[in-house]
This record gives sequence, structure tokens and C-alpha cells, in this order.
Amino acid sequence: MDLFKIFGKNKNKSKNVAKERLKLVLVHDRSDLSPKFLEMIKGDIIRIVNEYAEIDQEGLDIKLTRMKRDSDDSPMSALVANIPIVKIKDDEKYT
Amino acid sequence: MGIGKAIVITSGKGGVGKTTTTANIGTGLAMLGNKVAVVDTDIGLRNLDVVLGLENRIVYDIVDVVEGNCRLKQGLIRDKRFEGLYLLPAAQTRDKTAVSPEQMIELVNKLKEEFDYIVIDSPAGIEQGFKNSIAGVEEAYIVTTPEISAVRDADRVIGLLESQGIKNPKLIINRIRYDMVKKGDMMNVDDIVGILAVDLIGIIPDDESIVISTNKGEPVVFQDKPLAAKAYKNICSRITGEEVELLNLETNEGKLSKIIKLLFSK
Repeated sequence: MDLFKIFGKNKNKSKNVAKERLKLVLVHDRSDLSPKFLEMIKGDIIRIVNEYAEIDQEGLDIKLTRMKRDSDDSPMSALVANIPIVKIKDDEKYT
Repeated sequence: MGIGKAIVITSGKGGVGKTTTTANIGTGLAMLGNKVAVVDTDIGLRNLDVVLGLENRIVYDIVDVVEGNCRLKQGLIRDKRFEGLYLLPAAQTRDKTAVSPEQMIELVNKLKEEFDYIVIDSPAGIEQGFKNSIAGVEEAYIVTTPEISAVRDADRVIGLLESQGIKNPKLIINRIRYDMVKKGDMMNVDDIVGILAVDLIGIIPDDESIVISTNKGEPVVFQDKPLAAKAYKNICSRITGEEVELLNLETNEGKLSKIIKLLFSK
């Protein structure tokens, strides 16, 4: 047992903070290296959403960003997609 | 002479110990009986000469060799202290554009005919100087420290090396402080290797003896005692194909901290 455990400080050790920050920043750095990756996701999302709704493909925006998780405010990477919907397709066939 | 192997020591971030590492690996390989050329490609900011203590012996430099102002043999400075160690210094009054990657390939190929190992010190950054330094090499060793900024830049360089066709770069983690790692205030070897996902070729402890030996212009591998000297020697042995266990940095612990550990280890 050491002093840090007595005072309950071991959860927020600075190396863990460094690791988390580093992992996040690398997600961005690495994705910057391959824009192809985002394009592929974009194509697949368009294809799938298109089955349910008519979307404005020009206005479609997909990006990798950093945000805080709602539950515990910890930073995380998120894929944020902004998909303008022109018209929901006839939903009769799904009911 | 057979065909030599060219290794670049690179990092992305400056100040993590590339030049010290180049000097020690070059010297260490020579001490193992190899013929070694260390090459400084940091044109305009040359430093490998002072770290090796050869700054007073420079007549020609890498640009002179490439431009044909002198023969390759004239450009190489023989280190009188270590049999088989030669330095090709960078030019101080020119800039990175004085040498092209094609010229570097030609130079490295010529060196390979004469030497067992060519150890190339890369400049910081990822611009032309970096591109020159990796031209014509078989292997790349990336130096990082356990800091977030250095590891980030190392990751970037790993990506660039792989895109240039230099596969499986190996990692050297420099300036590890065992006391801080133990307290959880410094990323440890596993943390860094896990994040970068590359093979490790060595770890170097943060050691005062490095500063002292650099002050004197004598690579630390020349000494027996310092832990950093052992660490560099281990790297050299691994380069030559020997299997050596990673250094146990715990032995660096002082007596006082051992007593403290005893008191709290219930």
C-alpha cells in the first residue's frame, strides 16, 4: 500500500489523463491521414438512409470530432453526421 | 567489404534525443567490432559532431561530398578513440535543399559498400530534411520520450515512414523516469507501445550521465557503469541480432526509496 492509495488519488493519475488525451488526438491525426475512410462511411450512410428517406446529398456533412460524453463528461471522439432530409419515404411497407 | 545496412534515427519532434541516440548507437556498434558511418543530415543545424566530440576535425561535409567538392573518403572523419567509427558531418552554412533524396540514395549506397552499418541522424520535422534522411535506408528507429507531444509526433512519423515503404519501424523510448512511472505520473513502456503499435528496440532511462558525457563530447556507451550506457549497448546487441532482455529500470532505485517501499509494503 502506498500513500497515493491512502488518499485515493490513484484514479486520476496524470498518466491516465495523458493516455486518454493522446488516444483521442491520435484518432484525429490518423483519420486525417486517410480521407478515404470518411468518404467510404459517407457513401454507406447515404445508401442506407436513402432506403427510408429522401436526403439532400449536397448538404450532407460527416466529420470526426471531439466531444464530452453526456454521462460522465469524459472526452470522446464522435462521428457526427448532419443529414438533411427532404422527404420521409412512404412508411407503409415497414408497418 | 559486404553490403551494409542503413538505419535512420528519427522522431518528428525535436529535442527527444535523436542525435544522442545516433552517436551512442553508432559508437556502440563500432565497439562491437563493426565498421560504422554516422551521418548527420540536419543541414544548417549540425550537432552530431559536437555530441561525438569531433567538431574540431571537420574539413568537408555532406554537401561537399554530394556536390563533388571532395571524395567521400575525404568527407568522412575517422574517430580516433573508437576503431571503425566514422562521421560524415552536416553542412552548417547551407539549408536542407542543398541535398536531394536522389543524391542521398546514391550516397547511402556508396557508404553501404564500405561499411557494415550506416546510422543516419534525421532532423526534426517532416519536411525535406526528413525526406532526405529516410532516402535509401532499410530500417527506421523512432525515438520518443514518454510525453504526449513526442508520442503524438512519433505516431505521425510512423505513418509517413510506412507510406514511404519503410515497414516495421522500431521504437526507442528515451528518458524514462522509473520513479514517475511508479507513481503513475509518467506513461510506461507498455502504455506507449500499446498506443503506437510498433515493435520496441530499446528503452533508455533518464540519466544524468548522458548530460555529463555530452558535455565532454564522449558518447556514454564508452563507460561501463551508467544505466543509459547499458541500455544503448543492449540496443546495439539487438541490432546485430542478439536477443537481449529489456533493461530493468528498477535497479536504478535509490536506497532511500527502497526503505520507503518497505515501510509501505504491507
